[in-house]
Amino acid sequence: MTLPQAIEKLQTHFAAAVSAPVEFRGEFTVTVNREQIAAVCAFLKAECDFAMLVDLSGVDNYGTDPRYAVVYELCSLTDRSHLRLKVSVPEDDLLVDSVTGVWRTADWHEREAFDMFGIRFRNHPNLKRILMWDGYPYHPLRKDFPLAGLPAELPATAIEAGQVQTASMNGGPFVTAPGARTAARREPRQSDTALDRQDNKGTN
Amino acid sequence: MSARVTLGVDQKVESRDILITRVDAAVDWMRKNSVWPMPMGLACCGIELMAAGASRFDIARFGAEVMRFSPRQSDLMIVAGTCVYKMAGVVKRVWDQMAEPKWCMAMGACASTGGMYRSYAVVQGVDRFLPVDVYISGCPPRPEAVLEGLLAIQRQIQQEPALKNMKRADRAASYAQPQGPIIIRGDYAPKVTEGNT
Repeated sequence: MTLPQAIEKLQTHFAAAVSAPVEFRGEFTVTVNREQIAAVCAFLKAECDFAMLVDLSGVDNYGTDPRYAVVYELCSLTDRSHLRLKVSVPEDDLLVDSVTGVWRTADWHEREAFDMFGIRFRNHPNLKRILMWDGYPYHPLRKDFPLAGLPAELPATAIEAGQVQTASMNGGPFVTAPGARTAARREPRQSDTALDRQDNKGTN
Repeated sequence: MSARVTLGVDQKVESRDILITRVDAAVDWMRKNSVWPMPMGLACCGIELMAAGASRFDIARFGAEVMRFSPRQSDLMIVAGTCVYKMAGVVKRVWDQMAEPKWCMAMGACASTGGMYRSYAVVQGVDRFLPVDVYISGCPPRPEAVLEGLLAIQRQIQQEPALKNMKRADRAASYAQPQGPIIIRGDYAPKVTEGNT
């Protein structure tokens, strides 16, 4: 079944929950209601032959309401067509149904969305952090999290000084003094003593 | 009348069958020519490290005969690649398991200073938790630069007071770096001059 047919079938079946498709440069995006996303995905896999979930990612639209979104990229391997689903997630209710029951690969992608944005997924088999360590207190890809990071505790490992320090931005993000004689002057790095003096106060 | 007695051993010294030297020099020479790397290849620099170990650049010419992935069997940890905070504990644990004497080389920009990743997840240089002997700049450094770094470590090893170190519990404390950390430029294979320690 071709992509327009699949979208039409989807719209017939889920009239209210699914928006009209938006087309941009040959790519089709459909916005789906947060409550129906699991049912929509199951329908698309079973009836419209979208056998593969290519990607699932969180988005932080800082400044808009609802603030977050989850984007699903589906692919029909027989038809070689792609379909994108978008779900809006408000900041005060960061909860979406998990689609791991439909595609197993969603497991780790949803863990990454949780780790980086804080979006929780209902009925996820193992919702814990995947890129950062388990006790990390922040969600790094939110737009209000600084690139240099914030001080945090490292878990008890072999490192004695288990303290994550902020990266030295030097007014950055990337500050160089081109033409200086040595690499140390060309790309200045904050010394450890200066960091201690600063007492880990954010970016410098 | 006493004639000068020629012992057989004098002739052997002249013909270089017997060498007379200091224990330090002999032990250092043996150590520097048999430095087996422990490749902590974390990212892209690992590929260039593999190239340095392969036939075209051949790190084995300089005594680094095999890459030993076991910390018990290796002497030089080459941290090649980006070290994130999550991995840092693992790297430190492997470093602690290596037997003395051991040396550490930070290969590439990420291992030296965090590289282009001035961010929340990347350790801004493995020297935050490892005693690094040689830094190699580059992204990635050329294999020749890795070889130059190995030669720099060998020059350092030759200067070590081996006998005194064997009697000390903490080797790192006695190791002197009068010119500060050694930094190898990663984009070319420099000629060995007086300025390059």
